[in-house]
Amino acid sequence: MAEKTAIRTNGQGAEDTGAKGALKFDKIIEVRSVVKEFDGVTVVDNMNLSVKRGDFVTLLGPSGCGKTTLLRMIAGFITPTSGRIFLEGKDVTMLPPHKRPINTVFQKYALFPHLNVFKNIAFGLKLKRIPDYKRDKNGEPIIDIASCRPLLNESGAPVLDKKGKPVPDLTTGKPIEILRKFTKAEIKEKVNRVLKLVGLEGYGHRDTASLSGGQQQRVAIARALVLEPKVLLLDEPLGALDLKMRKEMQFELKKMHDELGITFIYVTHDQEEALTMSDKVVVISDGVIQQMGTPKKIYDEPANAFVANFIGESNILSGTMIEDYKVRFCGADFACEDKGFGKNEKVDLVVRPEDIFIYPAGSGKGQLSGTVSGIVFKGTYYEMNIVTAEYEFTVQNTACFAEGSRVELMIQPNGIHIMKKMRTVNEMITTVNGENTVDFHGGSFAFDNPENLQKGDRVKLSVAFDKIELTDDERDGVIGGNIGQSLYKGTYYQVQVYTDDDDDVYVDTPDEWDIDDRVGIVIRPEDIRVEKYDEQEEEREENVAEGSDDAE
Amino acid sequence: MTTKKRIGTILGWTVLVAALILMYLPILLIIVYSFVDSKNVGMGGEVGFALYVRLFENERLMTAAGNTLVIGAISAVLATLLGTVSAVGIFYMKRGKQAVNIVSQLTVYNAEIVTAVGFFLLAIFLNNAHIPVKKGLGWLILCHTVMTTPYVILSVSPRLGQLNPNLFEAGMDLGASSVRTLFTVIFPQLIKGMISGLALAFTLSLDDFVVTNLNRGDVNTISTFVYDSIRRGIDPTVRALSTILFVIVLLVLIVVNLVGKARRTRKNVK
Repeated sequence: MAEKTAIRTNGQGAEDTGAKGALKFDKIIEVRSVVKEFDGVTVVDNMNLSVKRGDFVTLLGPSGCGKTTLLRMIAGFITPTSGRIFLEGKDVTMLPPHKRPINTVFQKYALFPHLNVFKNIAFGLKLKRIPDYKRDKNGEPIIDIASCRPLLNESGAPVLDKKGKPVPDLTTGKPIEILRKFTKAEIKEKVNRVLKLVGLEGYGHRDTASLSGGQQQRVAIARALVLEPKVLLLDEPLGALDLKMRKEMQFELKKMHDELGITFIYVTHDQEEALTMSDKVVVISDGVIQQMGTPKKIYDEPANAFVANFIGESNILSGTMIEDYKVRFCGADFACEDKGFGKNEKVDLVVRPEDIFIYPAGSGKGQLSGTVSGIVFKGTYYEMNIVTAEYEFTVQNTACFAEGSRVELMIQPNGIHIMKKMRTVNEMITTVNGENTVDFHGGSFAFDNPENLQKGDRVKLSVAFDKIELTDDERDGVIGGNIGQSLYKGTYYQVQVYTDDDDDVYVDTPDEWDIDDRVGIVIRPEDIRVEKYDEQEEEREENVAEGSDDAE
Repeated sequence: MTTKKRIGTILGWTVLVAALILMYLPILLIIVYSFVDSKNVGMGGEVGFALYVRLFENERLMTAAGNTLVIGAISAVLATLLGTVSAVGIFYMKRGKQAVNIVSQLTVYNAEIVTAVGFFLLAIFLNNAHIPVKKGLGWLILCHTVMTTPYVILSVSPRLGQLNPNLFEAGMDLGASSVRTLFTVIFPQLIKGMISGLALAFTLSLDDFVVTNLNRGDVNTISTFVYDSIRRGIDPTVRALSTILFVIVLLVLIVVNLVGKARRTRKNVK
């Protein structure tokens, strides 16, 4: 298709002009150390991302994770607080959106209500300028006389006109380069072609308000695609459609991507959508990229408990690596395929519900025994909850076991995926703010003070996740906070608490808390570790580190 | 029950008609007596267009009317542009939206005499600061523009709230600069609000007396002319003039309503 070739040649042109290293892997978009703060709240926290030309990349995460903010920075609607964004190796961080060869499909379509379908799509075309040669009445390029060599006669001497000036040899000159608008006929041709592409042939004269949601979204896609952008950004474009329509559009978008060869960056919170459509998925949480990779890699080998929990159904447990290829959890030893962890290192592990095999009790085939506590029929399989001594597993199987029956569970080595345990200690740099009390997210916490630290001393505070106690009533705690996400880890929940000074504290607790619950935070004095913190020393170390970076 | 209801209905209509009569009686009186050539209302006289003929022969009055129309038209157009751009600007503000809204609407609620004196003193202040300002047509256009802009903001703002939040960005995204987006994407959505804002600004300017009288220098508008003539006893031609003014305002109102209706039905037909 014409679009495809046009983009290919554009790409080569950029490479020819010698953009440096950035293009080595043909990165079309590169996001470097981008930070975005709104009113002091960090929404995007030091993101690095590169997008390969022609890829279908999905930014996936729960609402409010910063994925749309990142997309809007790439589009140019907002500028990063710090960091840079490159398009084909060129810094576009401060370039306004109308000068970027990037187009966006918005969640709520944002069609222009005063224009019909044809005019909506033609809007951008009418503004676009394309390089061309200045032409005469017959459409022939006009040659720039100044660029011509003089015409020579047979003897090699320049031919002179009546006034004695040399006559230019028009065959040696270059045509005059100009930028021109598209003609009416060209616009019509392009609009009709793109209408056909999105399956809306003959809808040009229709009022946008008379179209269904799906049709409106097609118009929005056509309006963006007709400009042949280098990158197409899609901000939850199918979010407002019903399920059936959504499935259909997913398929069609994927098809368009394959046909046109345009790079797509797609934002969604729907993990299934992300897995089915993308070449590459970027999982984002809390303004931080958690993992990037192919859908299969993200699903099979989640980088951490968050990704495992967010992508698909999963059983997330904590266990201990006894040695390479051997992990212990739920009181039993399992063979696994992971190695390279420390001996007896605590790890998180994920087991997908479809990777657990289930046998009747007494068969001797399983490693764990438990009782079926709940069954849900899901159409092609049954989803069962099975209570074992330490953990309640979710298991998917085509066979059904009666509720209350005793069963054995077996997990094969390739069904277990081991992940490095994320931090288990909250750490922060803070100040001693009273006699044997230290500031922790805005509250004064008592601590044992063997070093006899004085008020005003800068200190490094650390407190283990499982040493923090949450209280139902905020007033029972020293400080208050809201429950963010909560992850079930088998024997306990790992809860993220947003404190009032907009920071996170992680807490391991046996209790289940609901998102957005108000809680109080209590820590016993002996559980708070406080060390003197020498800022100058740290700074010096940082400087050294930076210096060595530069040397590289 | 039904008789009770009927009595209620009759009573309601009576009150409504009485109120309407009270509201329109003075205007009706003027209109009727604009066709009677008498020194004052209530007196007998020849019925016909004599007052209208004399009105158009009164050169001073015609100049005043011309001034009024020029001031009204120019200031209304300026106020509409200024007010619409301001409304859009305020709408897309991130911080201090509420504060700016209040500040911009303050002059609507403020006593007009305060605004008038403000302009009066501003002219003196500017002259003292060696910035030559001459009271007169230009100054009045400026005053009326400033005075009516908040009303345009008021009539445009509600429509903005209903717009798709990404509309502006969509325009920019498709290659239009922010100014171009404003004119080709946002303004067409606000056209109804802009037209009623324009009509409001025009009529407000047309019948303004307080601000005009203090800032007119030696320029006369209809309202100041009428006021001046009252002191010598109302010139009968003023009745004809008032009727014409009333009809102009009525026409503006009808046109604004028709335009709104036409747009609605056209949309429905498509």
